[in-house]
Amino acid sequence: MGDGPPSIWEWIGRNWDTGRADSIRNLLTDHLTMSLVPIVLALVLALPLGLASVRWRWLYQPTTGLMNVVYALPSLPVFMLLISVTGLSQTTVIIPLTFYGMAVLIPAVVDGLNSVPDHVRQSAVAMGFTPLRRLLQVELPIAVPVVLAGMRVVAVSSISLVSVGALIGQGGLGGLFTRAYQNPFMPPVIVGIVLIVLLALVADGLLVLAQRLLTPWVRARKGQAS
Amino acid sequence: MITFESVTKRYPDGTVAVDRLTLEAPTGRITVFVGPSGCGKTTSLRMINRMIDATEGRILLDGVPVQGIDPPTLRRGIGYVIQQAGLFPHRKIVDNIATVPYLLGWDRKKARATAMELLERVGLDPALAGRYPFQLSGGQQQRVGVARALAADPPVLLMDEPFSAVDPIVRTNLQDELLRLQSELNKTIVFVTHDIDEAIKLGDQVAVLQVGGRLAQLADPKTLLSEPADDFVREFLGQDRGIRRLRFISTAGLRLRTDLTVAEGFDGSSPERWLLVVDGDGRPLGWRSSDRPEELEPFGTFVHGTDSMRAALDAALLSPSGCAVAVDERGRAVGVATRQALDEALAEAADG
Amino acid sequence: MTWLSSFVSWLGEFFGSGENWSGPGSIPVRLLEHLEFSGLALLLAVLIAVPLGLAIGHTGRGELLVVVSANLARALPTLGLLVMFVLLLGTASIWPVIIPLVLLSVPPILVNTFEGIKGVDPELRDAAYGMGLRGPQVLGRVLVPVALPLILLGCRLSAIQVVATTTVAAYTGLGGLGRYVIDGFATKDYASVVGGSVLIVLFALVVQVLFALAQRVTVSPGVSQRLKVR
Repeated sequence: MGDGPPSIWEWIGRNWDTGRADSIRNLLTDHLTMSLVPIVLALVLALPLGLASVRWRWLYQPTTGLMNVVYALPSLPVFMLLISVTGLSQTTVIIPLTFYGMAVLIPAVVDGLNSVPDHVRQSAVAMGFTPLRRLLQVELPIAVPVVLAGMRVVAVSSISLVSVGALIGQGGLGGLFTRAYQNPFMPPVIVGIVLIVLLALVADGLLVLAQRLLTPWVRARKGQAS
Repeated sequence: MITFESVTKRYPDGTVAVDRLTLEAPTGRITVFVGPSGCGKTTSLRMINRMIDATEGRILLDGVPVQGIDPPTLRRGIGYVIQQAGLFPHRKIVDNIATVPYLLGWDRKKARATAMELLERVGLDPALAGRYPFQLSGGQQQRVGVARALAADPPVLLMDEPFSAVDPIVRTNLQDELLRLQSELNKTIVFVTHDIDEAIKLGDQVAVLQVGGRLAQLADPKTLLSEPADDFVREFLGQDRGIRRLRFISTAGLRLRTDLTVAEGFDGSSPERWLLVVDGDGRPLGWRSSDRPEELEPFGTFVHGTDSMRAALDAALLSPSGCAVAVDERGRAVGVATRQALDEALAEAADG
Repeated sequence: MTWLSSFVSWLGEFFGSGENWSGPGSIPVRLLEHLEFSGLALLLAVLIAVPLGLAIGHTGRGELLVVVSANLARALPTLGLLVMFVLLLGTASIWPVIIPLVLLSVPPILVNTFEGIKGVDPELRDAAYGMGLRGPQVLGRVLVPVALPLILLGCRLSAIQVVATTTVAAYTGLGGLGRYVIDGFATKDYASVVGGSVLIVLFALVVQVLFALAQRVTVSPGVSQRLKVR
């Protein structure tokens, strides 16, 4: 053991907390910041835009059209083009990821709201709900499962996509990949992949949990059916 | 002829969908399977073209067991119509109708020509041929479904609740159309429905099935209504059994009075309280009451000999005179069925 | 707005330079390389994923594989996968890079093909069998045409993925338009970075347009319901 290359565990132990910017711990923190901020931002922006697209139908086509185009843009050149505006900062990664997230979430919000059965909407109106209360107490809760399904996609892909930022020096755990490539060495690659997949799994699990807590009726219905 | 010989369908979990079903669906006739959901009527139908295979027993098609025939080959020789029509959304109407002819390797031109003919035959505008299913109404789609089933001129037609997804008015039209078609084509039809009225209207014979897949009664509609085999059938037939039975009693034997008809403008006197006023062609205009001779009262008609007693009774109830006007096929009055005459006929009907 | 003017001058420098239009590292060569690598990866992915998706969707066996592969492909970092394969297999050929490209493009096609086939109205399937179509005929003449919009969507999503990943793969030595971006970034040649990025973005958009056209041509108007009722 002493002479050969270090085991993967040794390598982790040696690099976990070196105090330098590229310690695994710091990379992990960066990774979390750069993936969580876009997830939250995308939701915050997609909700009003989705609502607007449902309220004013003419908005829907141009919005989704634009989002389809945005979604098709490869991340690396977009990062590169943004550098001249936002510099070599986390913002350069966060902005495109936010847009990718919106590209998934806006249609999800629209589909979710459209999934509210018409008779439910009508009876809410008939019972005298004001438009705002109807939205908050009737329509949004019913839309939650569809929106959360979109959130799961966004969370998992954002977490994995952050690593491309390593090519402009802002990739969180992706930094382990560039380090491993420049100084050919496998452990960092494995650690990076495993940590990113784990992060994605945890985020996904939390969102599943959130869905259970937010929409208890969905599970009740499933239980009844089986 | 389709023969069920003690056919049973048992699922792996032990559920029995069809229990020792034995019956014959005669050639050129409509046999209706009717019953509540879970009675195995659709399963029975689907075993004929082997969409489902029987667990025990045999089904024979003109004496040949279907179990011995390769399913796709079998099915190409049997027309199949289902609830939502099941049209192929990616194909134009004409190509939908020609599905089986194409499968049988007919010349494309011939297949299309047949399809166009059928389109008209089921009462659709030939201009619809180039459309896609989504451009048609539910009733139109269902007609295309029937045309598609008839395309290769199969002797047997299986219809699985074909009209249950359309609104009542369209359904009545489709039923009448089916009877008209059948009078021209004489197919051996097995028709599944949960609607007893539909069964009675369409069936030459009706098989009432009960939950668990047991045959409760097999009879022609008239017998079914007058002599239900047991409480289940009686309950399933529901209310108004007697009234509905009148549909099967002919008005040919109804005694008519011809002395109550007067021409328009007649102002002589008559001992009768009600007189039927007709125009120059003999078409009824209305009833004239001796109390108010200046005004004509409404009337109801039935086609003598063609319409059923139910129609005659209905016609009588439509008029304050209480009498029904008998007309010929061209709408000319041939006589009047008075309350007394109707009463006699009903008494006879009640005797069976 | 200084960035805008420097942006424009970089573009002018990149596209105006004669060097960029001929020779081994020129724009046409890089473009063709990008087309070759992403096209090859997409083709292989289609060849694997479409038949597999059709089979799983039609028979209903192996659904778990679809779900797992879809989630895994989304979670796996592309750069990490590329580096891992190159470290394992070396850089003697393009295959160490093409293999991960294919692996990442299979799931979107697989999922959408599967969902498309599985989602076909059961009544339609029933009618098809009832008319006397055999299993493969039901699949080929009814299920595939009806599921085609979703199958093509899967291919389009994969194409997006593969164009982007081919760009990233330039980091591990693959040719293609990504070279301008990666090399330019390393040597602080911002004209290359900006010009290359614009080229890649245009490339991705053209691919999108081509897929939209393919959809128009191949999907029956009866399925897309594009026709207005006359």
